[in-house]
Formats: sequence, structure tokens, C-alpha cells
Amino acid sequence: MNARALPLYATILIFVAAYALAYSQFPNILSTRVIGNLLTDNAYLGIVAVGMTLVILSGGIDLSVGAVIAFSGVFIAVMLRDTGLHPLAVFAILLMLTTAFGAAMGFLIDRLAMPAFIVTLAGMFLARGAAYLLSVQSVPITHPFFGQLQSAYVLMPGKGRLTLIGVLMLAVFAVGMVIAHRTRFGTSVYALGGGAQTARLMGVPQGRTTVLVYGFSGLMAGLSGIVFAVYTGSGYSLATVGTELTAIAAVVIGGTLLSGGSGYMFGTLVGVLTMGLIQTYIVFDGTLSSWWTKIVIGLLLLVFILLQKGLLTLSARR
Amino acid sequence: MLLSIRSLTKVFPGTRALDDVDLDIAAGQVHALLGENGAGKSTLIKCLTGAYRRDGGTVTLDGAPIDPRSTLQAQELGIGTVYQEVNLLPNLTVAQNLMFGHEPRRFGLIDTRAMRAQARETLARYGLDIDVDRDLGRYSVAIQQIVAIARAVRISGKVLILDEPTASLDKAEVRMVFDVLRSLRDQGMAIVFVSHFLDQVFDLADQVTILRNGRRVASQPIAGLDRMTLVEQMLGRALEDVVAIPAADAAPTAPILRFQGMGRAGTIQPFDLDVGAGEVVGLAGLLGSGRTETAELLFGIRPAQTGTARDDAGPIDLRTPRAAIAAGFGFAPEDRKTDGIVADLSIRENIILGLQARRGWARPIPRAEQNRLADDYIRQLDIRTSGREKPIGELSGGNQQKAVLARWLAMNPRFLILDEPTRGIDVGAHAQILRLIRDLTQGGLSLLIISSELDELVAVADRVIVLRDRAHVAELTGGAVGADAIMRAIAGTGEAA
Repeated sequence: MNARALPLYATILIFVAAYALAYSQFPNILSTRVIGNLLTDNAYLGIVAVGMTLVILSGGIDLSVGAVIAFSGVFIAVMLRDTGLHPLAVFAILLMLTTAFGAAMGFLIDRLAMPAFIVTLAGMFLARGAAYLLSVQSVPITHPFFGQLQSAYVLMPGKGRLTLIGVLMLAVFAVGMVIAHRTRFGTSVYALGGGAQTARLMGVPQGRTTVLVYGFSGLMAGLSGIVFAVYTGSGYSLATVGTELTAIAAVVIGGTLLSGGSGYMFGTLVGVLTMGLIQTYIVFDGTLSSWWTKIVIGLLLLVFILLQKGLLTLSARR
Repeated sequence: MLLSIRSLTKVFPGTRALDDVDLDIAAGQVHALLGENGAGKSTLIKCLTGAYRRDGGTVTLDGAPIDPRSTLQAQELGIGTVYQEVNLLPNLTVAQNLMFGHEPRRFGLIDTRAMRAQARETLARYGLDIDVDRDLGRYSVAIQQIVAIARAVRISGKVLILDEPTASLDKAEVRMVFDVLRSLRDQGMAIVFVSHFLDQVFDLADQVTILRNGRRVASQPIAGLDRMTLVEQMLGRALEDVVAIPAADAAPTAPILRFQGMGRAGTIQPFDLDVGAGEVVGLAGLLGSGRTETAELLFGIRPAQTGTARDDAGPIDLRTPRAAIAAGFGFAPEDRKTDGIVADLSIRENIILGLQARRGWARPIPRAEQNRLADDYIRQLDIRTSGREKPIGELSGGNQQKAVLARWLAMNPRFLILDEPTRGIDVGAHAQILRLIRDLTQGGLSLLIISSELDELVAVADRVIVLRDRAHVAELTGGAVGADAIMRAIAGTGEAA
């Protein structure tokens, strides 16, 4: 067995075990309604986590995405309120903006050899500030097209709703998996995460890869912003504070090494669903404070960091 | 000639690293490149692989002039390089490493099945039958090295440059890599081989070129060449200078340090060791016999679980490196690059590091004092540098080692542990460091030296402890210290007293 896949198996195991445990208490949790909601409620997080997975695999980090999601929501809401543009046109402009924003951060990180942490932290403040600039208040989105997007779903057996944004998240994960595991760009990302110096000697185009990775993360943040706007029906500059950290947590719980170079896109999906499951469980229980979500996620993170450390030690001893 | 170099020149601020060097590399030959540290070997290689741009001269490959601007470009022109530390990625699979940048693709996506098949087929030609889907890091350095060679040949295919490819391999592994190189040579590759090991050069090379101080001293077929000539050409001075190290004076002194029953489960079995003032104790044994473990135990890196350490004044605490340093111990580890130096700091900063740490950071050593210390040691230990502010990472291995020694000497220790002090250091600096080691003991400093080179131990040690299977198995003193006796003890036949 490949030792690299061990954290992934652990993630899957934990998810299945947690689901079984929840099921034993609340059999309804296995209904298609709950599953449909699980996908819908976590769609924006899942999409942004796809971008984050790639960034972390490359050995970097992107702290700007939470703010970019908020900016996206406000941008969409304000554009729809103040201009006559069709939402699809607004989406296109937005995605170009956020992709360019991410790519610009990638360019700075590569050219100035600056830590991704600092550059994307600056990006975070920039994006959040830009969102305030557009509107401090929450702006409702009333365009009829949004109503269509919100009510676009397929009824699953058992009356669960498979929504458009839920499906979109799954599709994004599929694309993410292909990019990470089946393209030369994906291999370059893993290579950079394994060691930038060596990767360069092997012919990895470091600059281009870095720009693309952060550009992709920006694109995902923008897409996540669209999904979040559809989900909430409004744009609010104070929304999704800390989402970047939740996304990082999902990636790590999904078995990706925070230092880069090792992990699987699929693991991140399981990580996102695990976090969603915890939340669902707490809602089902009804007596627990919602803060328990944070506590359990904190513990899970700790477990995974310990697991990864243990695996590293083991493989070093070989 | 496949590769023809004429009047190659490379200038760095203050030095001419390469001065008008000519070199001809023929297809189907192994061409060894020899020289002391700082002779210009690395610079020459870097000029060929595009890591440096040359300042003058011409390079022609297959009759066409080339001027690679990057490693990638050099690779595509046909010049592949394999470095001492394997330059592949341990977190990618063997197949990914081998095929990176040249993966077979279908509909724009990597065709993993075809990639696997091609990787397996390529490696089969090198006599390797391994699971190409496993991470490269799971395999031994020798196999990684062969994968690196296979990759370089696959991509480049004309000239293969090997920069000390055997430095971290054991004997059997070296043979494995050499077999691969010989078969590549027979297939018509031109191979440039850089090594410090003369035995290996005689074993493998057809042609040998010697550089000294950035100039070409000689270029000749190896057949009929004797070792003495080679060494003389490399060093450019009489050989007696190098080999003649003052004989160890074997006068036994009273032990100043007594280690009794020190051991650690799974690491090293309990041993007793007495060290006298000014005494040099050698530790011999094969890789993994417990030499480094003994050193780490004595320095508190992996502290002892049993036993005691004491000096004249009483017991000494050796539970952490900090405690060991406080007790007047010092340790220059084997892996200089990661454990010994802080590559980005200057020579001065590296030398005062230990002293400053002991004083505490709240009381900085005055700059003038720092400069004085650094200059003193640069002169005393003959550290070759353009100045004390040069980042230590830019020095050659031998000079880095001297700076590490200087750091400990500045702290005025009474017991210094040197793990492979001459690893990766060329002949000239090697002898210099050995002489330095002998000089150190004149002032009463006691030394524990770990070395794989028996002749080195014989030359410097008053007493040699032999280790086998994580236990101290023999101790040779005075006249009994000889390479043969050590070898017998290591092998476990006819154990010495």
C-alpha cells in the first residue's frame, strides 16, 4: 500500500464511522434530504477548498479567499442593482476579476520570492476593503434569474433536493481531480510542493505554475462567491469571515500535508463533507451549542496533524 | 569530439573561477574531472548545464556552438546532469519522476497507463524491476540515483554529467551505479564524472582532466597513469606534505572524562569510555554500527537511558545538547549542510553563533570582538574566503568544516566530537584538517573522531574504539592502532585486545 494514501484512507474511515455513529442515533441522517442539504450547504466551501487544495499542494497558502467570496457577493449584488447587466455577464466579469487578482498574487509571490502568507494576507485586506467600498450594508439580490438558480434542483427519491450549486460543487471537484492528478500542470504543483529548487532543476516552470495555482484559487473563490450569493440571495461585505481558515481545515482533514507535495483532491471533498456532517449532527441533536462544531473540527485537525507527523516519522525510519 | 570546450572563462567578483580552460569530451568515454575544492570543477559543470553563463570562450556540442541559459535548455540540447544529492522529488512516484515533462498524453491528459509502461521499460534497461507507482523516496539512494541517471539519459541522451554521484552510496551500491554507467558508455554516451574518490576514478574513467585554481593542469588517458602523478597534479606540491601528519604521541594521560555504562535501548548498547586530556579517540565501524549514535548520546541529542558521565569534579549532566555544551562539550555533526552551518549567515556570524548562544542573546558580543574572533580563526584555520562577511554557504566543503570547527574552538571546549570531519572534502583540505586536529590536542583539548576512512583514524587517533551492531566491540591502543587490525575487529575475526 502506498503510504502517501494513508491519510486519505483515514479520512474516509473517519467520515464513514462518523456517519454510522450519527445514523445509529438519527436514522434520518441517511435520507436523501439530509444528503442533498449537506451538498447544498457546503457547496461554496467545497468549491473554494478545491482551489485551496491545489495551493497547499504547491507548498503555498491563500488567505484571501474568504474576503474574495464576500467581495464577489457584494460585487454581484451591487452590479445587479445599479446596472442593467444580465447576471451571467456579471459572473463572467467577476470571475475574470478574481482570477486576475489571484494570478497577480501568484506573480508577486514568485517574482519577489515573498512568502505566500504575507502576499495573500495583503490580498485578504484588499478584497475585504474593496467589498466595504462597494457597500457596507447587506445588498439583497432580487433579479429573477437568481430565483431560477435557487430553485434549480432535481428531486431525488425520498424527496431530497439535489440543487444546482450542490451539483456544481461535485463537478468542480471532478475537474479538480483531473487537474491535480492527470495533467502536467498538476504534477508540477506536486513537484513544487515537494521541493522548489529540485522542481526547477527538473524543468518545472516555477513562475507559470505559481501564477496559475493562485489564479485558479482566485477563480474558485469567485465561483464560490457566486454560489454563496445564490445560496444566501444577497451580498454582504461582512460575510464569510474566516472561510479561508475553514477551507484550510477541510484540506488538512482531507489528508493533504500542510507543507505541500502530498495529498488528494478527493480527500478534500471528504474533509468538507465531514465538517458538514458534524454541523448536521449538532442540528439534529438540538441540545448542543453550535460551537461544538468548532471544537470537534479543532480536535479532528489535531488528530490529522498528529497522524501526518506519525506517518512522516514512520516513513523516515522506513 | 562530441563536446568541445575552448578557452572557457568565468569570473566572479574577486576571483577567476575558470581561466581559459580547454576540454574535449568524446562519445563513448568516461571523462573524470578532478581537482581540489575551489579548483573550478563545479563552476565548469554549472557553465555546461546552464546554471551559470560563461564570461568567455566557446562550447560546441556535435559541432554546433551552444550557450545554454537554463538547466532546462541544456537538458534539451543533450546535456543531462546528476548531482550528489539526488535531484528528484521523493514525494512523486518513480514513474512521475522519470517521465516528468515528457509524459505520454491522450486528449491532453496524462496517460498514466502508458506512462507506467514506459517507465517500467526504461528502468528495465538499467536492470531495475521496481514498482514505478511507489513514491521515489521509498527507495534507497542508489536506486534513486539510477532513476536520476535514467531520467537524464532519457531526456538528454548525449552528455551525462555526474557530480559526485557516489558520495552517499555504500560499496555494493557504487558497483551497481558503475555497472549502469559502463553500459551507457558502451552505448556511446559521453560521461563526465566528478569524484573525490581516486579508486573510483581509476575504476571507471577512460580519460582524466585535472583542474587547479581555475586552470587546466593536465588532460590525459588514465591508462598508465599512477596515483602519485594524479595527486601531485591535483595538489601541485610535494606529496610528503600531505601524508606526513605528526605521529600520535601515545603517552597515556589520566582520564578527565569517564563515561560508564552509558547506553540507550535500540540505539546503542551500554559502553564504558575514558578520555584523557589531549587524547584523540577514534570511533571505527561500518555505517549503522552505532558510531553516530554514540556521539549523539554523549552530546545529549538522544540522551542515555543508563550509565553515568563524570569528570574530576563529579557527575556531568548530558541530557540535552545545551547541558553538554555547558559541560564543555562540542559536536560537529556529519551532515554539515543541514546540521552544521547556517548557510545564509556570514562566516563571522557562523563562528560566533555558539559563543553568543552561551552568553545569551541579551548580551551581544561587541562587533569589534566578533570581527577579531572571525579574523583570528580565518587566519588560524586557513579558511579560504574573500572576507569574513561572505555567506558560509558559498564556501567549499573544506572551508565550511573549518568554520564549524572555529565555532566550537571559540567556545574553548574541553571535549570535541567530530563526526566524519573530512567527508566530502578533497585531498588537500583533508590533510590540512587532519593536521589541524592534531594541533588542537596540543592545548589539552580531547577529541572523539568518527570516520569511515581507516587511514585517517590511524593517522590521528591515539586510541580506536571499534563498533559493530550497535555495540563497542574492541579497543585498540598505541602500536595496535592499524588499518588491518581495525578491519579485523570490524569484521569480527581475531578480535584485538
